[in-house]
Amino acid sequence: MYKILFKKTLAQSIHLMRIEAPQIARKRKAGQFVILRLHDRGERVPLTMTTSDAKEGSISIVFQEVGKTSMELAKMKQGDSILDVAGPLGNPTHIEKIGTVVCIGGGLGVAPVYPIAVAMKEAGNKVISIIGARTKDLLIMEKEMRAASDELLVSTDDGSYGFFGFVSQVLQGLIDKKTPINQVVTIGPVPMMKAVCEVARPHNISTMVSLNPIMVDGTGMCGVCRVTIGGQMKFGCVDGPEFDGFKVDFAELSKRLRSYIEQEKISLDKFKCTQCAAM
Amino acid sequence: MENQPKKQQVPRQKMPEQDPKQRRHNFNEVPLGFSEETAKLEASRCLQCKKPQCVAGCPVEVNIPAFIGLIKKGDYAGAANKIKETNALPAVCGRVCPQEDQCEKNCILTKKGESVGIGRLERFAADYARCHGEISLPQLPPPTGKKVAVVGSGPAGLTCAGDLAKMGHSVTLFEALHLPGGVLVYGIPEFRLPKAIVASEVDYLLKIGVKLEVDCIVGRTRTVDDLFEDGYSAIFLGVGAGLPKFMNIPGENLLGVYSANEYLTRINLMKAYQFPEADTPIIKGKNVIVVGGGNVAMDSVRNALRLGAEKACIVYRRSLEEMPARKEEVHHAEQEGVQFDLLCNPTRVIGNDKGFVSGIEIQKMELGAPDASGRRSPVPIKGSEYVIPADTVVMSLGTNAQPLIAATTKNLGLNKWGYIIADENTGATSKPGVYAGGDIVTGSATVILAMGAGKKAARAMNEYLKTI
Ligand SMILES: Cc1cc2nc3c(=O)[nH]c(=O)nc-3n(C[C@H](O)[C@H](O)[C@H](O)COP(=O)(O)OP(=O)(O)OC[C@H]3O[C@@H](n4cnc5c(N)ncnc54)[C@H](O)[C@@H]3O)c2cc1C
Ligand SMILES: Cc1cc2nc3c(=O)[nH]c(=O)nc-3n(C[C@H](O)[C@H](O)[C@H](O)COP(=O)(O)OP(=O)(O)OC[C@H]3O[C@@H](n4cnc5c(N)ncnc54)[C@H](O)[C@@H]3O)c2cc1C
Ligand code: SF4
Ligand code: FES
Repeated sequence: MYKILFKKTLAQSIHLMRIEAPQIARKRKAGQFVILRLHDRGERVPLTMTTSDAKEGSISIVFQEVGKTSMELAKMKQGDSILDVAGPLGNPTHIEKIGTVVCIGGGLGVAPVYPIAVAMKEAGNKVISIIGARTKDLLIMEKEMRAASDELLVSTDDGSYGFFGFVSQVLQGLIDKKTPINQVVTIGPVPMMKAVCEVARPHNISTMVSLNPIMVDGTGMCGVCRVTIGGQMKFGCVDGPEFDGFKVDFAELSKRLRSYIEQEKISLDKFKCTQCAAM
Repeated sequence: MENQPKKQQVPRQKMPEQDPKQRRHNFNEVPLGFSEETAKLEASRCLQCKKPQCVAGCPVEVNIPAFIGLIKKGDYAGAANKIKETNALPAVCGRVCPQEDQCEKNCILTKKGESVGIGRLERFAADYARCHGEISLPQLPPPTGKKVAVVGSGPAGLTCAGDLAKMGHSVTLFEALHLPGGVLVYGIPEFRLPKAIVASEVDYLLKIGVKLEVDCIVGRTRTVDDLFEDGYSAIFLGVGAGLPKFMNIPGENLLGVYSANEYLTRINLMKAYQFPEADTPIIKGKNVIVVGGGNVAMDSVRNALRLGAEKACIVYRRSLEEMPARKEEVHHAEQEGVQFDLLCNPTRVIGNDKGFVSGIEIQKMELGAPDASGRRSPVPIKGSEYVIPADTVVMSLGTNAQPLIAATTKNLGLNKWGYIIADENTGATSKPGVYAGGDIVTGSATVILAMGAGKKAARAMNEYLKTI
């Protein structure tokens, strides 16, 4: 059992949780995730660790309520326990000093890009971060990202805060201004990552993306997380989750993420029903 | 061979089974087990040979005539304890061992007709003891004070952990998933091996002092070298064969195409057949095709029926004779209405506009000359392609070595396929203090071979621990 030490809501239906998991905290590196199972009928869901504290023996996750499990997790309180937390999973981000790194997070993607910005900065890189959200109220971790970066740029889809438009357009702006960029790291919704890749590609700026295929075990055993990278089959959980963005088949990833759309709706409706009944 | 004529008169006893028409709709166990009378009758067929050939056929050398003798006398608990002397998981082996290729193949009666039902008797004794709470806990020696780590809780790891605990060592079993048992819980279906049996075997280990840590991925949560630093003096790696293979044909990433590992894991480990009571979903296809001809393929196709498929079909590139699955499982599948498209090989998976699978293109094959494994190899017949409709496709093509431990452990020797190199008699690897056994050494094999490897390694580790 893994105790929830702290919980905070960052924006509407986006929450941060600090969970007691000393073994994982000792090992976590930027880019890695855990798999959670809330109870013995629960599914296994992957969530990226944004930070960890080896001394306290805790890890932090930031998650968005999108379906049954994430909503159920959001109902849990400080002091409650999660049945299973396994990790750290996935390959850590490749961190080295290469010059200027642009870290781009869209929507919830700001949370998983944060530890990478921190690690890139620690390695001696100049870090420019671009974060965005649909609207101002949904923007998360601005303060943390500002502290982790040499420069922070913000955009919103509706112009309610920062640049009026998408994060990919902000990157285009940097490139147009001839800002030297050695590496782009981007995490967020699939269409956003794809757009960022398309901006970087003509300038041949190496772009790393973190993929979020559906997972079960997270140890390479089942193959549900397979993605196509440069025409080859890779397993997201053991070969990734980070890949060269120029080689990713994003269209296939988007499709595969919809494998259980029907079942997810059934599951969610049933959950909402039991919640109403309990009130 | 004493006075056989009289004994030969009793025919091999049949085990009652659930009716195929009913069982194809439920997940309950198929064979129902012997009654006491049938067990005694079957036991009476054993000739109690002076030089029992069956024992030589058993990878862990169960004293077969002795336990059968005890059943005949009505001492069922005694029989179970006799088996337990060399086989830690008799209720499992009695169900899943390929006895027809092992003990029963060697049985002297096989030459004259039908062998003694050794597996069925083994199962009977083990079930009796479990249901009557008559598994006695062994007398444990004084603690040696040595800490050992066993990584992976499949049959290899469970056996190794149990034996080391009985030698007085302090054993911790590390398992990556949330439940112990390995393939026994995530792969082999409930209707062939009820999960309560695996749970009770694990419970037995806990009772003799084995500590269990689930959710611990060795190589990630802690590395092998961390374990040494944390005070473990010897380590056994029984992490199983891992990554599922695919065919590398177009359309394999369409929605509704599964690896057998994923399909079975969703059903067995995650209980997706109870969705939405259990949270993990699965596509309940009406028209399911399983590609492959091993036990894993049979388990997948029979699960498909139980999930409600109207048509469930095996597509296999050789003929029935070459099929590696146990005969009994093929027979059970046939009884339940599984179709077999033999000498057929998929060339392409076809999808609809939403990205879901809608069919599979098949090429007919004919058998050519025998290959290295002695099986006649299939040769494609050009121009014979045709399409069969399907809404779920399960690829059951075997596995590759799982790379996690190898990638994170220094000085661990691997063969060219990525499996760990270990001494056949001791399980010793190239890294001092590290032993390995089971599928991660041999590639996909059997439960009993994995157990045998765990047992040999435990013995060698015990010797090693005396030297440090
Ligand atoms: C490596 C990785 C890291 C991730 N990190 C985060 C994170 O830090 N914060 C966050 O909010 N989300 C993260 N996700 C996504 C998160 O796992 C899903 O949002 C979650 O599983 C949804 O479950 P649900 O029951 O609430 O929703 P559902 O209704 O079940 O699903 C909603 C959508 O989430 C996706 N999804 C469903 N099940 C899974 C699954 N088992 N694995 C992956 N995706 C699934 C599907 O696209 C689905 O359509 C990550 C995913 C991966 C693979
Ligand atoms: C569907 C199916 C049906 C089968 N039917 C039969 C049958 O009828 N008869 C028969 O004899 N054999 C059968 N087999 C084969 C048999 O199950 C295997 O040969 C046997 O289970 C191998 O045992 P093992 O202990 O080596 O590994 P496994 O049973 O694979 O167990 C390995 C364990 O290690 C864990 N693990 C992996 N990596 C790590 C890590 N890094 N850290 C911690 N833990 C880790 C895994 O999660 C798993 O629990 C079948 C196999 C399958 C898949
Ligand atoms: S363990 Fe397997 S091979 Fe050995 S006696 Fe039992 S059924 Fe036969
Ligand atoms: S999640 Fe099962 S192999 Fe990656």
